[in-house]
Amino acid sequence: MEFDIVDLSRLQFALTVLYHFLFVPLTLGLSILVAIMETVYVMTNRPIWRQMTKFWGMLFGINFVLGVATGITMEFQFGMNWSYYSHYVGDIFGAPLAIEGLMAFFMEATFVGLFFFGWDKLSKVAHLVVAWLVAIGSNFSALWILIANGWMQNPVGAEFNPLSMRMEMTSFFEVMFNEVAQAKFVHTVSAGYVTASVFVLGVSAWYMLKGRHFELARRSIAVAAAFGLASAFSVVILGDESGYSATHSQKMKLAAIEGMWETQPAPAEFTLFGIPDQAARETHYALHIPYVMGLIGTRSLQTVIPGIDDLEAIAEARVRSGIIAFDALMEIRAKKGDVPPEITAQFEDHSNDLGFALLLKRYVEDPRQATEAQIVKAATDTVPTVWPLFWAFRVMVALGFSFVAVMGYFFFMANWKGMQFPRWSLRLAVAIIPAPWIAAELGWIVAELGRQPWTVDGVLPTALSVSHLSVADLLITLFGFVAFYTVLFIIEMGLMIKYIKKGPYMDVRETEEWQRKHEMRLSSSGEPQPLPAE
Amino acid sequence: MILHEFLSFELLRVIWWLLLGVLLIGFALTDGFDLGVGALLPFVGRTDTERRVAINTVGPVWEGNQVWFILGGGAIFAAWPPLYAVSFSGFYLAMFAVLAALILRPVAFKYRSKRDGATWRNGWDWALFVGGAVPALIFGVAVGNVLQGVPFHLTEDMMPMYDGSFWWKFIALLNPFALLAGVVSLSMLMMHGAAWLTLKSSGPVQERARRIGTWAGLVAIGGYALAGLWLAVGIDGYAIVGTVVTDGPSNPLYSQVERTASWLAAYGVRPWIVIAPVLGFLGMALATLGLRAGREVSTLLFSKLGIFGVISSVGLTMFPFILPSSKMPDASLTVWDSSSSHLTLFVMLVATLIFMPLILAYTAWVYKVLWGKVTEADVSEQSDSVY
Repeated sequence: MEFDIVDLSRLQFALTVLYHFLFVPLTLGLSILVAIMETVYVMTNRPIWRQMTKFWGMLFGINFVLGVATGITMEFQFGMNWSYYSHYVGDIFGAPLAIEGLMAFFMEATFVGLFFFGWDKLSKVAHLVVAWLVAIGSNFSALWILIANGWMQNPVGAEFNPLSMRMEMTSFFEVMFNEVAQAKFVHTVSAGYVTASVFVLGVSAWYMLKGRHFELARRSIAVAAAFGLASAFSVVILGDESGYSATHSQKMKLAAIEGMWETQPAPAEFTLFGIPDQAARETHYALHIPYVMGLIGTRSLQTVIPGIDDLEAIAEARVRSGIIAFDALMEIRAKKGDVPPEITAQFEDHSNDLGFALLLKRYVEDPRQATEAQIVKAATDTVPTVWPLFWAFRVMVALGFSFVAVMGYFFFMANWKGMQFPRWSLRLAVAIIPAPWIAAELGWIVAELGRQPWTVDGVLPTALSVSHLSVADLLITLFGFVAFYTVLFIIEMGLMIKYIKKGPYMDVRETEEWQRKHEMRLSSSGEPQPLPAE
Repeated sequence: MILHEFLSFELLRVIWWLLLGVLLIGFALTDGFDLGVGALLPFVGRTDTERRVAINTVGPVWEGNQVWFILGGGAIFAAWPPLYAVSFSGFYLAMFAVLAALILRPVAFKYRSKRDGATWRNGWDWALFVGGAVPALIFGVAVGNVLQGVPFHLTEDMMPMYDGSFWWKFIALLNPFALLAGVVSLSMLMMHGAAWLTLKSSGPVQERARRIGTWAGLVAIGGYALAGLWLAVGIDGYAIVGTVVTDGPSNPLYSQVERTASWLAAYGVRPWIVIAPVLGFLGMALATLGLRAGREVSTLLFSKLGIFGVISSVGLTMFPFILPSSKMPDASLTVWDSSSSHLTLFVMLVATLIFMPLILAYTAWVYKVLWGKVTEADVSEQSDSVY
């Protein structure tokens, strides 16, 4: 079997990032749910809310630690496996990663220790502040990571410097307020909130089915359903925002997701179902809904969304323009500083297309020597593989809508039907626990596979981004990760299940104490008795 | 954006070189004792409760401490991209070993006491030992290699390339000088971990930490002296040839570099830097004496002083070099040719000036809240919530 450095590096990145992302969404959402529960505890003083905070906090901790540990891998991996990428765009891409550490991760990691160890050392309010700082830190982490990722999708605020042979930042504000990054951030954290809500809902439903910990379960469902419904709505709406921003910045990705080969008259129709055929360049058995795509993508009835064929023709023109830029770059490099102005002008006119010339490096050492056939091939390479995008996107969207339905149902039952959940609905809540993870991983696949063949869209091809390593290097680390991560996953799941089965730690003395005081208060005011706390 | 022009490119590069040192030292001073405690764990704790005491002295803080390391990686990526690209891919398998250790360690802290059973807990104790000792050793080995020059070269496209066959690349890292540097680093962090345990524990755990820590301190002092002698007589230095351009584009290939007799020539040019090794020896010696005498707060402070001296001595000796290339000296990375752009350095400096004081403030607050010894009673009373 023939191994290729690029494919092995991509496989390793995909596996480690998808694995990392098993833990991240739950961290994002559960940190906030736990902080909400603790807020209720501080406001009402009822011990049950403290016990809920501790119980869900414990599960948060088991999950959090693996998110942190596998995140280190991601930070190392750019340098280890993608060293040309690191050199080429580190000037821009490194900054948000470092700011993430400074602004967010430091806060999250410093306070998470205090969250677990500080119950007896801090006042109630101080501990609550710590819980919120952990939650805010986690969410800010996501912001900076997605600013970095957003720049890969839509590289704004940077230009190529021929002297240092890399991209350099021209505007930090453009990088930070990149519309793709902002849309991605809100979409991703909402997805995290949905994940945590489905998790809390599912585990609580399981307790109800087993007839255990009713007081904890019903309150947890109330919180999870309300938070989950709001998040499920926002994940769908903000996903639409992502789509809208893709219309101008990532046209090829959008066309590939739609399996839209030819440009259609506006407003374009949405393909609900179909079988994309890359070779024939058409989508078979397509089931269309008129107007919808045009409305989602452009929010107008006139703007045209270009199809794959037209985009490929544009790419071919850009490859040719890129060769001119490459030619000028070689001149500039050979002259070392003493560059005639017409060469500089030639480079500046075409430098935006330099990346397209680099696509040719797969076929020919010097892009200036490329044949017609190679240029056409490079242009064809700009079309990502359509079928996985087409399907991953549709399953993700369907799951997104189903979360709105489930959360809406539980929200309604919790608030207007006195928590009388039929058993089938509780079983459903348990059964869908894995669904948000599937949706989140598919979302990553759509975003990153849709960017191929680029690591940085239009700037740096994936094939050029890798380190100069041997296949043996990559196989060792790949097998190492797979073995190591599998063992950790089994251990993690084992602990999660153990602690869910064990259930919350109910401090009987504390609860009875509170109960006694509460009843004294009530008997003096003559109001009706509340439900006894567990 | 014009603001960044107020600070010259040259000055920003020096500031970021200093900040790189701050981050590495910050990591060694904080997470250093976590690593040290990990490496000491099998020796200071004989029973499960004793080990839990040792683990819980760092339990609430290791996570925050570890961010110094993560931030160090991020800052190298942001401020010194060529260094990040060359070193992480060049030390490939060593990096993987560090990574594996650093993944194992958090998980071991968190999961160890979540189940009963001797096999489960002993297994995680091993993981904590490996997760502490292996990175401590490898960081030193890496420094030892950097001082000798690393066999990489850069193509015209600035692609980092490494020479040598697959296994040779790995084995060549483990040369005698590098191993000596590894021993210094490991013993120094064990001394630091022992100083921390002296402050945070009592009884048999503290006793053993003091005894082993004293030995570790002696080894660190001896090893550091030996490495200094070796640098003086056995290892080439590097120097930039001709005019040094300090504000040029970040392209190492624009400058010429030659090998010189020794790095220690720097002490002739900048005699004041001798203060760094002096502080290194002084701090480690006082920490060792403190461990022996059983002093608590001052021992930890002296240990920090020693680590500060040792790490800064390496940086100051090599300045302006960051990563010399033994294969192609011209490709060596220096402060003047391997930074980010002027704007990025400025933006990152602003971010650091905003957030670093906050980080120091809340970290200090957390340590203050957690002040005091961890006892066996603490561990058994809160068996469910502590590590």
